[in-house]
Amino acid sequence: MNIDLHFAVTMAAYTGAGICIGIGAIGAAIGEGYTAAQATLATGRRPELSGEIFKTMLVGQAISESSSIFTLVVSLVLLFTTHSAVSTVSIVAPLAAGLCMGFGALGSGIGAGYPAAAACTGIARQPAMAGRLNTNMIIGAAVCQTPSTFALVIAFILLYSNFSGKPESPTWAAILGAGLATGLAAIGPGLGSGLVAQAGCEGTARNPEQAKAATNTMLLGQAIAQTTAIYGLLVSFILIFKSFPASDLLAPTVGLLSAGICVGIGAIGPGIGVAMAARSAVAWIPRNPTITNELIRTMLIGAAVAESTGIYSLVISLVLIFVV
Amino acid sequence: MAIEGADLVKAAAFLGAGIAMGFGAIGPGVGEGITAAKACEAIGHNPREAGLITRTMLVGQAVAESTGIYSLVIALLLLFVV
Repeated sequence: MNIDLHFAVTMAAYTGAGICIGIGAIGAAIGEGYTAAQATLATGRRPELSGEIFKTMLVGQAISESSSIFTLVVSLVLLFTTHSAVSTVSIVAPLAAGLCMGFGALGSGIGAGYPAAAACTGIARQPAMAGRLNTNMIIGAAVCQTPSTFALVIAFILLYSNFSGKPESPTWAAILGAGLATGLAAIGPGLGSGLVAQAGCEGTARNPEQAKAATNTMLLGQAIAQTTAIYGLLVSFILIFKSFPASDLLAPTVGLLSAGICVGIGAIGPGIGVAMAARSAVAWIPRNPTITNELIRTMLIGAAVAESTGIYSLVISLVLIFVV
Repeated sequence: MAIEGADLVKAAAFLGAGIAMGFGAIGPGVGEGITAAKACEAIGHNPREAGLITRTMLVGQAVAESTGIYSLVIALLLLFVV
C-alpha cells in the first residue's frame, strides 16, 4: 500500500508539472509575440529609432516572461523533488500546485505584453519620451505580474506545507479548491492590468504633459482590477489554513472544492471588465485633461458596478466554506 | 466511504452552486466593464452631457447585471432550498 501511495504521488507530481508548464507557456508567448509584432511595426515606421525600440521590446518581453519562468520553476520543483506521501492529500497537493501556477501565469503573461507593445509604438511616435515610456511600461507590467506572484506563493505553500495532521476527507478538496481559486482568479486581473497599462503608455506618448496623470490613473485602475485576484488569494488562504472537521460525507468535501472554483472563475469577468473601464478613462485623460475628475468618477462608478458579480462569487464561496 | 443518495444530491447541489455563480459572474463583469469604458469615452467626446451619460451607463449596467443576479439566486437556491 505504501509503495502504491508513493507511485500515485509521483504520478500526480508529473501530471501537475505537465499541466503547469503547458498552460503557463501560453500567456507569456502571446504577450511577447504581441510586443514583438508592435515593435516590428514601429521599427518599420521609424527605422532610425530601431536601437531604442529593440531595447524596450527586450525589457518588456523579459517582464512578460517572468510569469512563465514561475511556471518553469514550479514544474522543475514538481519533477525533481521528493514529495512526502502520507495520505490522499499528498497526491492532490502537487496537482493543485501545478494547476494553480499554470492558470496563474496565463493572464499575467498576456497582460504584460500590452504595455510593452504600447511603449514600442509610443517611442516611434514620441522618441523624446522614451525614458518616461520605459518607466511607465516597467511599472505597469510589474503590476500585471502580481496575480502570477500570488499563484506562485500559493503553489509553494501547497508544495511545502505539511498536511499530515489533517483529516484526509475534506482536506484534499480544500487543497484542490485552494489551488484553483488563486490560479483561476489570476487570469482576469492579470490580463486586465495589462489593458490598463497599455492605455497608460499610449497616453504618455500622445500627450507627454499629462504623463503623470496617466500613470497615476493607470495605477488606480490596475489596483481596482486586481481586487478579484485578492479575493481568490483570500479564499485560498482560508481553505489551506482553516482546520476542517473530518467527514465521510461527500457534500461538505465537494463544497470546499466548489468554493475554490466559484471564486476563481467568478474573478475572471470582473477583472477584465473593471480594467476595460479603467483603460478607457486612462486613454481619455491625455486627450482631454480638463475633464480628468469626471473621467475618474465615471470609471470608479462603472468599475464598482462591474465588480459586483466578483463580490457575489466571493459571498457564495464564503457561504460554501463557513455556512453550509 | 459509503456514498448515499441524499449526500450525493447535496454534493451535486454545492458543486452546481459554485459553477453557477462562478461562470455567471464572467458575462456581467465583462459586459458592465465595456459599458463603463464606452461611458468614459462618451464623456471624453462630450463632457457637458456627463450626467446623462452616467445615468444611461448605470441603467444599462443594471440590466446587464440581471444575469449575474439570476446566477446568485440560483446559487443560493441550490445551497439553501433544494
